[in-house]
Formats: sequence, C-alpha cells, structure tokens
Amino acid sequence: MHPHPGNGTIHAMTDPDFRCEALTKVYGSGETAVHALRGIDLELPGGEMTVILGHSGSGKSTLLNILGGLDSATSGRAFFRDHELTALNDSGLTRYRRDHVGFVFQFYNLVPSLTARENVALVTEIAAHPMRPEEALERVGLGPRMDHFPSQLSGGEQQRVAIARAIAKRPEVLLCDEPTGALDSRTGVTVLEALAAINTELGTTTVLITHNADIQRIAHRVLHMADGRIVSTVVNAERQLPSEIDW
Amino acid sequence: MRALDKKLLRDFRRLWAQALAIALVMAAGVMTLLIGIGTYRALSETRTAYYQRYEFADLFARAGRTPNAVLGRVAAIDGVATAEGRIEAAAVLDIPGLSAPATGLVLSIPDAGEPLLNRLLLTQGRLPDPHAGGEVAVSGAFAEAHGFRPGDRIDALMNGARRVLTITGIALSPEFIYSVGAGELMPDDKRFGILWMAYSDVAPLYDMKGAFNSLTVKLTRNADRAAVVDRIDRELKPYGGRGAVGRDQQVSHAFLDAELTQLRGMSWILPPVFLGVAAFLVNITLARLVALEREQIGLLKAIGYRRATIAWHYVQFALLIAVVGTLIGSIAGGMLGRGMAALYQEFFKFPFLYFRDSPDIFAIGALAAGGAAVLGSLQAVSATLRLSPAVAMAAPAPPRFRRSILDAFGILKRLPQGLTMALRNMGRTRVRATLTVVGISLATGLLVAGLFSEDSVDFMIDATYFKTERQQASLGFARPIGASGLESVKRLPGVLSVEPVRTVPVEFRHGTRTRRGALTGKPLDADLSRVVDTDLEPVALPEAGVALSDKLAQLLGVKVGDRLEAEILDGRGVVLDLTVAQLVRQYIGLGAYMEIGALNRLLGEGDNANGANLMFDTLSTDDLYAAVKATPAVAGITLQRETLAMFRKTMAENIGISRGIYILLAGIIVFGVVYNSMRIQLSERARELASLRVLGFTRSEVARILLAEVAILTALAIPIGWLVGYGIALGVTEGMQSELYRIPFRIERPTYALAALIVLGAALLSAIVVRRRVHRLDLIAVLKTRD
Repeated sequence: MHPHPGNGTIHAMTDPDFRCEALTKVYGSGETAVHALRGIDLELPGGEMTVILGHSGSGKSTLLNILGGLDSATSGRAFFRDHELTALNDSGLTRYRRDHVGFVFQFYNLVPSLTARENVALVTEIAAHPMRPEEALERVGLGPRMDHFPSQLSGGEQQRVAIARAIAKRPEVLLCDEPTGALDSRTGVTVLEALAAINTELGTTTVLITHNADIQRIAHRVLHMADGRIVSTVVNAERQLPSEIDW
Repeated sequence: MRALDKKLLRDFRRLWAQALAIALVMAAGVMTLLIGIGTYRALSETRTAYYQRYEFADLFARAGRTPNAVLGRVAAIDGVATAEGRIEAAAVLDIPGLSAPATGLVLSIPDAGEPLLNRLLLTQGRLPDPHAGGEVAVSGAFAEAHGFRPGDRIDALMNGARRVLTITGIALSPEFIYSVGAGELMPDDKRFGILWMAYSDVAPLYDMKGAFNSLTVKLTRNADRAAVVDRIDRELKPYGGRGAVGRDQQVSHAFLDAELTQLRGMSWILPPVFLGVAAFLVNITLARLVALEREQIGLLKAIGYRRATIAWHYVQFALLIAVVGTLIGSIAGGMLGRGMAALYQEFFKFPFLYFRDSPDIFAIGALAAGGAAVLGSLQAVSATLRLSPAVAMAAPAPPRFRRSILDAFGILKRLPQGLTMALRNMGRTRVRATLTVVGISLATGLLVAGLFSEDSVDFMIDATYFKTERQQASLGFARPIGASGLESVKRLPGVLSVEPVRTVPVEFRHGTRTRRGALTGKPLDADLSRVVDTDLEPVALPEAGVALSDKLAQLLGVKVGDRLEAEILDGRGVVLDLTVAQLVRQYIGLGAYMEIGALNRLLGEGDNANGANLMFDTLSTDDLYAAVKATPAVAGITLQRETLAMFRKTMAENIGISRGIYILLAGIIVFGVVYNSMRIQLSERARELASLRVLGFTRSEVARILLAEVAILTALAIPIGWLVGYGIALGVTEGMQSELYRIPFRIERPTYALAALIVLGAALLSAIVVRRRVHRLDLIAVLKTRD
C-alpha cells in the first residue's frame, strides 16, 4: 500500500502513478480494423485529479479501460507504479483491480437486486483494508438512504452509490468513465463534489473522462484526446470548485 | 450473508416461476429414479429374504407316478442340498356363492407338517392334520377373494372323487408370490387357489401311495446346475419326468422377474430423459440470465471479483434449482415409492415388505439433479468467463439476423409478417430452437411409449382370444377319454359345440438343441381352437407333420421342411420323428400342434382326448357350470371369457394409473420447456414487442408473434416424438420377450393422436400463462431501459 497524505497538495513529479509508452490498441483486423489508440505516451502523478476530454471515438474510454486493467493493449507498455499492466494475465489484472482501483461508470452499473449498502458491500467483502459500507455511503451523503434498492434512488443518488462503492476499499486510484454523462447539470455537480472531496480528503489519484469541457476546470491536469492520440496536456494553475461550474 | 449470496437469493426469488418449472422437471427425474430404484430394491430384497427364509427351491420337476425310493437317489446327487417329493394335482372346486367352477392346485405337504422346501407362512389357523381327513390350508389370495376363514368348507372334485374339504389355515408360499392358473394370463384369485393337504390324505385320492409326481430341489452353493438337472432328468425319465427347470421357468418367479426387469428399465430410461431436459432448461435460462446481467458481470470483474467466483455464482443458481428439484422429487419419490412398493406387495403376495429409506438413493438423486444442473450451466458459465469487463459494460451489439434460404426463395415475403419474425428468430437462436424441439419430442416419445402398451395388449388379446383360442371354456380330464366320453361332454347343458384336444408332454430335439413343452393334437377342421400363421391368418393344421410356434422353431433352429424328434415324456420312451409343416404365431407359451388322429396313431392309442374345448349358450351358463362341477371325469376347467374379463379389469386399473403418471410426467416436461422457452423469448424480445405495441399492434397480435414460434417448434417436435416413442416402445417390447410370453409390438393411430393432443394441451397451457405476461408488458419501462 502506498499511503497518500490527505492534504490534496500536488507532489513533485517524482513517482508518477501511471505511465504509458507508445500504447496502441486496435480492435478487429484487416479492413475493419479500428485504431482506438495510436501511440500514447503519458505520465500521471499520484494524488492528482486528471480530466481526459475528447469526443466519442477519441480513444479516451479505451485508455481508461487499459489503465484500469479492464482491457489489454495491442502494443506498447502501461505501468501502474512498478506494476507493468501490459504484462499481466487475467488473474494478475483481477488482482490489480481488486487491490488498487476503484471504478465509476456512466450508467452506475449497480446490481439492481442489492440495496445501496449491499452494493458497496460487494466491494468491501473482497478488499484488504476497506472502510465500512456505511462510512463510504456517508462520505457521498447517502447515509439516510443506504437500505434503498437502486430502483428507489434517483440517477444522482445511484451514481453516488457507485462512487461510494468505488472508494470503499480505499483504492489508490479512482477511474471514472463519464460519471455525469447520464445526469442533469445539478445532479452532476453533487457527483463531482463527491469525487473532488474524495480526491482531496483521501488523496486518491483520480482520472475522469468526459466530453463535457466545463468539467476540466475542477482538474489539476487536463488531457485532450482526438483520434487515438493525446493532442494537448494542460496543468490548471487554479482549480474551481464543482459548485462554481455549470453546464 | 455476503452481498453476492443475497443477489443469488433475490435473483432466484425473482425468477421463481421459471426456476420452479425447471425444478419440477428435475423433481420428476429424481422421483422416477427414487421410485424405480427404491421399488426395485424393495421388491428384490423382499423377494430374496422371502426366498431365503422360506426355502424357495432352485429346481422344479414334474413327472408321472414316481416311487419314493427315487427321491433318495436324487438327494444323493452331488450338488443337491435338499430334495423333496410331493404330489401335485388338480381339483375342481365348488365354492358357495361362485357359479363358475374354480380350479384348485392341490399340493401335498409332509404328514409331519411343514415342507422342507417352499415352506409355508401361516397367516391364520394351522396346517392340516393328516389324521383328520379332508383338511386343507388354502392360499392367502384365494382365501381373501372368498373371505374364507379356518373352519370354512368347500366341495371338491378330486380325481373323480367328491370330497368336502375343511379349511384349517391360510398360508403364503414363496412358490406362489404370483399365482396364476394353467393357461391363464393374470391371477384370478376367485377361480384359482392352492390347496395344501397332508400327504397321506392326498396320496390315496390320486393313486400316489408311496410315490410322488413333483420334485423340488435346493442346490448346494457351488452346485453344477446343468449337471444336476441332467442327473435328475435321467432319474425321473423312466417315470415320465418332464425335465427339471430352474426358477427362470417357474411361473411365479418368472413373472416377478419380468416386473423387476421392467422397473429397472424404468429407472434407466426415465430419469435421464427428465434430467437431460432439465439440463437443457437450465442452459437456456442461465444463458438468458447471463445475457441480461452482462453489465453486472462486467462490473464484478471490474471491481476485482475472480472469474471463478463469478462462475460459481451462476453455478449456484443452477444448483439452487437442483436443491428445490431434489427436495420435491425426494418427497414425492419417497412417498410414491413406498406406495408403489405397497401396491406391489398387495399384487404379488408378499408376507412382508422391506422398504428402507436408503440415504444412498437420495444421495444418487441429489447427485444426478446437481449433475444435470452443473452440466446445464456450463455453457452460460463459460460465457461469463469469456466476457471481457470492458466489453461487458458496453451495450451489446444488436442481434445479427441474416437473410436465410427462405428469403432467397422469396418464401418469407408471402408469409404473414408475424410468421416471418418467428422464422427469422428461430434461425437466430438455432441451438435453443433445436433443444426445445428435442425436449418436446422426448415428452411426446415418453407418452407414446407410456400409452402404447394397451395397443399391444389389445392386439395380443385379439390374436389370442378371437383368432386362435376362441372357445368359451376348456375342460381337462383326469385321464384320456374316448369317443363316448366326448359324446357325454356334448350332452352337457347348453353345449353348442365340442372339439377334442390331446396334449402330451414332450421333449423336442433338433441337433444339439432341446426344448421341453407339449404337443397338442386338435381336429383338422378345428374351428374353436385354431392356429394362425405368422400373418395371423387362420390356417388348417397340416395333415401330416407338426405346426410349430415360430418362437419354438427359432429356439430349436428349425424351419418348414426340417425334421425334428419329439420324445413323449410319459416314461415309455416313445420318440416321434416329425416334419415341420407349418409355423404358427403364438404370444403365450411355446406351442406345437398336430392333427389329433395322427398324434393318437403315433402314440399307439385310439380316439383319445384328455381335454375338450367348448362353445356354449350363455343362457345355460349356470346349468353348465353346475354340471361340470358334478362331472367326475373333469380335472380342471379354464374359462377363457371369464379370464379375459378379469384380465381386462386388472389391466384397466393398472393401465389407468400408469397412464395418469405418464401424462403428468410428459406434461411437466412440455410445460417446463415451453414456459421457459417463451419466457426467455419474451425477455429477449420485450423491446421489439413493446415497439410493436407502440406502433399500434394489439396485445393479441403481439402475443401471436410470440406464440407462432412455439407453435412451429411444437408442430415440428410432435412427429419426431412419435418416432422417438416408436423406438422406445420397440426397445421396451423387445426387452419383455420371454419363453413364457411374447408381447406383440403395436402402436395404433389413436395412441399417436392422444400423445400429440396431450403435448399440445400442455404447450397451450404454458402459452396461456405466458400470454398474461405479454398483456402486462410495460411499454414505457421496456422502451426506456437500455437492453
């Protein structure tokens, strides 16, 4: 485990949490081949919140999936600290996801037959040093609604359950794929607030992908992707609070 | 409880109807296994114990009058542990309240009491006292049929002498677990009974003082059976020995054995059918569940659940179904098994029943159900293993439809749109469509196989009682009678026609093959008791030579034109040289027939008959029966029409029960298959069907699209099921052929039609249940959800 200081300050670029070298990903083959990633070189420092922007088809989800150990690369290498993700087999990736990564998805992906608390318990039961599911839910402001089933929760609430589930195991990194994509602006803000709070309070390295350009203002670092490449990297001198943005 | 376990239980509760439909099919498998094995075990263990405790003999031999001294020589044969001689004879009984004469099989028991072999189990009273005279113990079934109690009396005609017999006791014997009179098909306990009498009381009546005519033998453990049989045959030959036979040709044992074989067959055929169908249902249901939960599976993988954990989660779902199925099947099977065994105990006269709730059978049932569940879950589970988490959380690609051969010919264009959709959908889900057809056709086959026996039995009855043995009654005489005797039979009240019969016990020999049986002489123009050729066409007896039943010919390896030897087993050593002139079809016994005059000439006798077949005016039945009871020459009587009526009654009861069971079992399969298949279709096509509703289709039109596919599959499955049933029925029939009887293989059209109707009914029932769900289709919700 790599404990992080909880003050949210950015470390010097000593040990990047993520590092990619000439990463490519091709789906299919021959004429129908789709080049999702065309050589990504990247370093993401620990403790930062990074926002990856890009239109659909730009390769941002593919990159996130590879960083999260959900997908494999076609060529190139990807590292999480000293683990080479691109060298791990399925059980190695499972181990990596279980021990280090928390995920938040656009469509929440809650198990409909489990209550909020039980959805979080899904993770805490297999994690090494989890927080209590109740604590995780309280952190996202859902303490009073933890025994509700997903169908009894609003979209924003469901996404916050998903965030609670993702952070409950105290992951070193939190990967969010369009976490506000299915939400209206106001609900989206509550979700972003929860994510920002986690990043600040727990020092969790957070990577968030979105096609919503307004969200970039809450990040330490912003990557723009297009056509499978990173076209620009911007480090925000000043971050805004989620409540200050609107879309 | 872990969150994943909670999900499992809640999924199970949500899908309870489908799970229950599958569990019922599994339960039927477990139940038939338990009943089959449980009843088989109970019966065979009971039989073994009964045989052991009551010293059931290993060999049986009939002979003419044989001096008791021969018994000592038989006992001395190496391999013989115990040899016992007794008198076996027939008596015509006049029982108060029964118009028809009954036949008694008289068996002597030692004066000292219990026989050494085939010991008696007295359920009431005591054994007859040799000094009292006229005392008998009667068989339990016979006593029960007439309500006899010790002290009751019956009149008997014994070898021409009238005796009043006093019942002293009621007994059971391992020799008569299934007691059926000579020439009868089924037990008729009113008209056939066993009478045990003390030796010194019986012997004078049948001219058997110091002699015996029936031998029972117990072998030592390592006896050379064939050698012993050979020695016994040689010892008895001078006295008209008919040849020793083992238990396999002892009627009671052979019938019980046939029943046990059938039971064992049932526990080999039925459970695999049910469990196979259940495995298929698990397969399609789980495949759909996994498809619906692909995002959840992806999520579980994303948050670090191992593949094995996720796979086990879905296997557990299947295993839960197996647990429910095993529970239902075990309870039903345990109860029905006990009930079946009790029915058998009642039908076969067992004094006791060993029915143990053996945990091992339940374990086998649970293992089989669990095995089917796991087998059925393999495909779906391996799909979860392959699912990449990144792919799982993206929406699935729309199902791929292709233009098929039907499109190429433009056939689909001419069909109604609903049918086109159904056909295209079947083409896309080929495996499931195929398995649905397999499931329904197995149920159809099961029905055909379960229902056909009545056709075969009817055919056998028709061939036996309406084509060949057309007489109303057959008389057996104590000793051969001449022409004048036959004349007096003709003068019995109401008698319309009489045909003489001459039967002699013989040993047929052809090369190294031998078979013992009877050679029967009948008049050339016999019209009552006829013979039929292998096409069941009546044929005249050959003027010269012998007509053999085709089964006997097959056993001896002879064909028409071959010669064979027939040694008359009356101790005189006469050997006849006969030509096979005709093959005849016979379903019961191994017959051989000649013209009666020719037979008598070969035997060196005049116009003799030892039996007669009768037709009589049914208005005079009572008078005739009374006269027969009073005719000393008559040793026994068979009433073919009464036998037939009795047989039909018993068959109707038994077939009624087994029909009901088969219909229920097949119904469960069809319901389970159609219900699950439709539910899955409904789940897969909910969006499509809801869209149609939005476009303005009525509920009925939408339901029709769903039903069209099942209707097509059912229509396809039924003819295949007929073929399957034909095959199973043929196998069952082949397995039941024996030297005692052969079951003709017949399946009539109404049986096929009935099977189809039952399948259609069960399919319709499940369609109606699913249709209600179509009606409740929530249009908005279905269209909003991301499929």
